[in-house]
Amino acid sequence: MTSTLNPASEHPAEIPEYPMTRAAGCPFDPPPTLRAKQQEGPLTKVRLWDGSTPWLVTRYAEQRALLADPRVSSDITRPGYPSSAPVTGSSKVSFILMDDPEHARLRRMVTAPFAVKRVAAMRPAIQKIVDELIDDMLAGPKPVDLVEAFALPVPSLVICELLGVPYADHDFFQDNSKTVIKRDTTPEQRSAALGQLAGYLNDLMGEKLADPGDDMLSQLAERIKSGELSRQDAAQMGVLLLIAGHETTANMIALGTLALLENPDQLALLRDTDDERLVASAVEELLRYLNITHNGRRRAALEDIEIAGQLIRAGDGLIMANDIGNRDPEAFPDPDRLDIQRDARRHVAFGFGVHQCLGQTLARLELQIVYSTLYRRIPTLRPAADLEQIPFKHDGSVYGVYELPVTW
Amino acid sequence: MKVTVDEVKCCGAGQCVLIAPEVFDQREDDGIVLLLDAEPAEGLHAAVREAAAVCPAAAIELSETG
Repeated sequence: MTSTLNPASEHPAEIPEYPMTRAAGCPFDPPPTLRAKQQEGPLTKVRLWDGSTPWLVTRYAEQRALLADPRVSSDITRPGYPSSAPVTGSSKVSFILMDDPEHARLRRMVTAPFAVKRVAAMRPAIQKIVDELIDDMLAGPKPVDLVEAFALPVPSLVICELLGVPYADHDFFQDNSKTVIKRDTTPEQRSAALGQLAGYLNDLMGEKLADPGDDMLSQLAERIKSGELSRQDAAQMGVLLLIAGHETTANMIALGTLALLENPDQLALLRDTDDERLVASAVEELLRYLNITHNGRRRAALEDIEIAGQLIRAGDGLIMANDIGNRDPEAFPDPDRLDIQRDARRHVAFGFGVHQCLGQTLARLELQIVYSTLYRRIPTLRPAADLEQIPFKHDGSVYGVYELPVTW
Repeated sequence: MKVTVDEVKCCGAGQCVLIAPEVFDQREDDGIVLLLDAEPAEGLHAAVREAAAVCPAAAIELSETG
């Protein structure tokens, strides 16, 4: 049955605000209100910072269906798009906030380096980066902040190599990326940080145009020369790839390590295995369980869509909360248990539909190498602070920990 | 089992290649799907079904008749 009435809208006071807050002492679990909304129904309403009331889609099946539906738009400038902050000129960070065909045209320019075989060929280089950072940690003082010493450098070094960005500039791009993805950044601060990054990438693009190397930015420079891409669009793509390439994986490394340390039986299974399939399975399960992208996948309906007994109207906003979708008991039995032996492969941590994470194969490989190396080389690794003292990124659009003091 | 792929829909996520590398590959220039085997042997059917199920762009179609 289709209901054209949304009962919640008749009682505006009952519409909860989104994003929601996690429960104290449960840093790995989605907010309790989100769980309650999932139990209430697959589609309910939430209220955003600007007073708008988009649909909140809480269940795995409906999330997948809607994310794959060509009648929903990722274009942040569309009416009804449930943006997480005021939309400004610099909000449109390249193709993730565009629709096909322009999205596909731009995305295909940067897909090849993330193809499975190309990424697999990077394994020895990534293993070397991981081993050397662990050597440095073991030779240095303890306790040490795992984020600073390991979790952030691993993906930053890898994406710098791939893009052709000098790693020496890492403080600059890491700090600006942090500003971009903090939830409480003001629109002015976000604009300024994106502007800084775009200016930096634009300068780098100039260097690649003059003196191309064997890297992705040089390949984009070729596209500028051939007239396929404007220099501004190339710089925007560079910003997107640089931010997405280091922040996300860094948070998976640090938060994943903390989750494993809190689940010693799971950590032992992972540390003691020689089975690559179990390592790969652990990566999928940690992606499902942790959901570092906890701001929801956001879309606007282009047409009326009937789903799960509800009628979504053209122009309605949609938030697919993948953090609770990946904890949907219908899709993943006993969803709040971390179980690296379960088949979690179908999770929506990387999203779903044509916008699904471009760098997922690289992320998987980096995490497989990290999780199969770090705990084996430092078997007595343990937190050097109580869980209550660890600063979690409750204020980030990407979740994780700001610091993770560890010792061994 | 007959497999068809839609290169226009494909977004190059590469999950099919991870799951069933005997059946799927990616074009070198843009990472778009390449079908290596349109009628895979029975031992590969489960992997091909899984690949079709996880494809984010619904670019893999299977016909199971005959």
